[in-house]
Amino acid sequence: MFEIVKRQEMAQGSVVLNEINAPLIAKKAKPGQFVILRGHEKGERIPLTMADTDPEKGTITIIYQVVGKTTALFKTLKEGDRYLDIIGPLGKPTDIEKVDGDVVCVGGGTGVAVLHPITRAFKQAGNHVIAIIGARTKDLLILEDKMKAASHELHVCTDDGSYGHHGFVTDVLKELLNSKNVKLVVAIGPVPMMKFVCNITKEHNVKTLVSLNPIMVDGTGMCGCCRVTVGGKTKFACVDGPEFDGHQVDFDELTQRLRSYLEQEKQSYELFKTKLNA
Amino acid sequence: MAKKETLPRTPMPEQKPEVRKRNFDEVPLGYTPEMAMKEASRCLQCKKPSCVEGCPVQVDIPGFIRYIKEGDFAKAIRKIWEKNSLPAICGRVCPQEMQCEGHCILGKKGQPIAIGNLERFAADYEREHGTGELPPKAPPTGKKVAIIGSGPSGLTVAGDLILKGHEVTVFEAFHKGGGVLVYGIPEFRLPKDIVAAELKNLERLGVKFVYNCVVGKTITIDELFEQGYDAVFIGVGAGLPRFLNIPGENLVGIYSANEYLTRANLMKAYLFPEYDTPIARGKNVVVIGAGNVAMDAARTAMRLGAESVKIVYRRSREEMPARKAEIHHAEEEGIEFHLLTNPIEFLGDENGKVRGMRCIKMELGEPDESGRRRPVPIEGSEFEMECDLVVIAVGASANPVLTKATEGLELNKRGYIVADPETGKTKKKGIWAGGDIVTGQATVILAAGAGRKASNSIHKYLTWGW
Ligand SMILES: Cc1cc2nc3c(=O)[nH]c(=O)nc-3n(C[C@H](O)[C@H](O)[C@H](O)COP(=O)(O)OP(=O)(O)OC[C@H]3O[C@@H](n4cnc5c(N)ncnc54)[C@H](O)[C@@H]3O)c2cc1C
Ligand code: SF4
Ligand code: FES
Repeated sequence: MFEIVKRQEMAQGSVVLNEINAPLIAKKAKPGQFVILRGHEKGERIPLTMADTDPEKGTITIIYQVVGKTTALFKTLKEGDRYLDIIGPLGKPTDIEKVDGDVVCVGGGTGVAVLHPITRAFKQAGNHVIAIIGARTKDLLILEDKMKAASHELHVCTDDGSYGHHGFVTDVLKELLNSKNVKLVVAIGPVPMMKFVCNITKEHNVKTLVSLNPIMVDGTGMCGCCRVTVGGKTKFACVDGPEFDGHQVDFDELTQRLRSYLEQEKQSYELFKTKLNA
Repeated sequence: MAKKETLPRTPMPEQKPEVRKRNFDEVPLGYTPEMAMKEASRCLQCKKPSCVEGCPVQVDIPGFIRYIKEGDFAKAIRKIWEKNSLPAICGRVCPQEMQCEGHCILGKKGQPIAIGNLERFAADYEREHGTGELPPKAPPTGKKVAIIGSGPSGLTVAGDLILKGHEVTVFEAFHKGGGVLVYGIPEFRLPKDIVAAELKNLERLGVKFVYNCVVGKTITIDELFEQGYDAVFIGVGAGLPRFLNIPGENLVGIYSANEYLTRANLMKAYLFPEYDTPIARGKNVVVIGAGNVAMDAARTAMRLGAESVKIVYRRSREEMPARKAEIHHAEEEGIEFHLLTNPIEFLGDENGKVRGMRCIKMELGEPDESGRRRPVPIEGSEFEMECDLVVIAVGASANPVLTKATEGLELNKRGYIVADPETGKTKKKGIWAGGDIVTGQATVILAAGAGRKASNSIHKYLTWGW
């Protein structure tokens, strides 16, 4: 189990796709749900939202950005290698419904990977779906073709103008909110992006779903590590989420909690890089 | 007779406090055979032994002690196994002063027999010197049992039913087995090798373990029945941490005991960066609560290099629910106790990190429904306490992941599974439950005892029907 059957590098090797053999999870998983993975005996448990599943083949797909020791280690895994542990599907699935108006799906960075199955599901549910995806620069953009197929209309943005619209996903979103009958926004990406999107949609009073990525340990509601404040109440993202009404989320608290182990993460990553080079 | 009574209780050799407070090795070092035989010789071999009445699973205590006295350790452990399949663990973590030892007649005038130490000795001796010979197994019955959760209740059911000839599979959410024994109770109180040895024995007997399987998510109980399981035992524990619900609780540096201890024990964060999981190392640590969990968290923080560790508890010393031995160990290691004190707010710095706690002094009023005197705040007694790490250890509730996904289980108001106390039968046919998910957070021996009752009932069902 948990053998990598397909591996692909994206965004100049900074992002990696793994299709993994995990039949039980593949059978059960729905868009928006996540898994927790561990790579080796001394490894930590990290959550990743699934980018795709194939129940027939019995595989799940994850797409992750290399940001620290654990993901750097995952990157060294080749086709045929195995993950030690994968637990899932965890969290609540996205509430896919037919909306009375347009649905806009906004994705930034690797958030696009998570957004893709959700976008596809909203389209399949009979909605008119407009997608906006962005990256810092053209080479870091992922899944453009897939997002095109999953939506009716795709807008691409790059911060540096190297491709598509020159600017942020929020610029395009603002235009759409003014020109279209948008009833639902789904925003998945870096915390600042989701926060910014929510500030804008709040003004327009358009319901906005975000998918949160706090630090987790068990992923089953046992530890409370993943707690986030939503509407003034404490929620456990692993069981109550990971998706929440973005207008209610305390993004500043989330940002601070995500930085809990910054020092240790750096230390661990540096150590790993030295070892890898030696 | 009189001579026996005057022989003092054989002390347990221990690591010195100033040494052990900075390492994770086990604190009590265990009796030698000579010590054990000497301690066993103090036993009066009462005709009507009151210690047995105090034991939740009625171990034949004078029986096994007599074998130790005679130096027949193999027989001693077999005597204990008749009632308790986890003696190496129970000998270490049972609250003996409230159970067997609390009822021992010698305790009336002097010191009770060190039953826990002797139980532990017999189990350790067997593990280290025994032949490793497995108990005989009944011929295969062709029946399949699924056990959900690998804590003491689930492991007991597994061990009992595999010997009766049934096929047994344990489904565990974590990547490792043992439940609270591996993720909660620290190495210095219960070495993980001991839990691993118990799991190994079950595997040798033929019990299958499926890890990384969250029942209710990865697979449902109904699907287990569809796969041909004839009976299901639920022993998922009380895995939902309670918080205080006061302002500032989500500041960085505030942990639930479950998270703090899981990082330290299961994920071995105390060995970071050799192990990848990080944990905050506080200078001034505050632990809220005074049960076993709180003592474990406080002593872990000390071992992770804290300068000061404070237990903050809203009641008084008498009400502290932890084992006496652990309170004593904690005090020896320099943990401070701030009693009749209750936090009302956590204070953070500009980065959202905890820097202190506002507290209020309490006094004891009238008894509440638990029979303990209710703590009431003293008006105007608020004060601030500095801290950079807080662990909240005020109990656990029922985790709903499994129960919500299973139709037909009756739950009580607080979300625990309703099960017959004598058989463990739930309201749904073919399903039993026991341990903390039925009683709320209790003890290892009560969970194991519930497992024993359920396994008897399951065996009857598989033989005769519901
Ligand atoms: C820190 C700490 C210290 C303690 N100290 C003592 C002590 O000194 N003495 C004492 O007697 N007691 C002590 N206790 C209490 C004691 O450990 C528990 O009462 C006992 O472990 C309960 O056993 P259990 O079998 O009910 O479940 P648990 O030990 O809680 O095990 C339940 C298992 O089920 C798994 N699980 C949960 N949900 C699912 C699911 N949906 N699918 C699959 N698996 C699942 C969990 O991961 C876990 O492994 C302590 C508890 C803690 C937390
Ligand atoms: S199981 Fe616990 S209560 Fe019973 S004899 Fe052993 S230590 Fe005492
Ligand atoms: S990750 Fe432990 S409760 Fe959510």
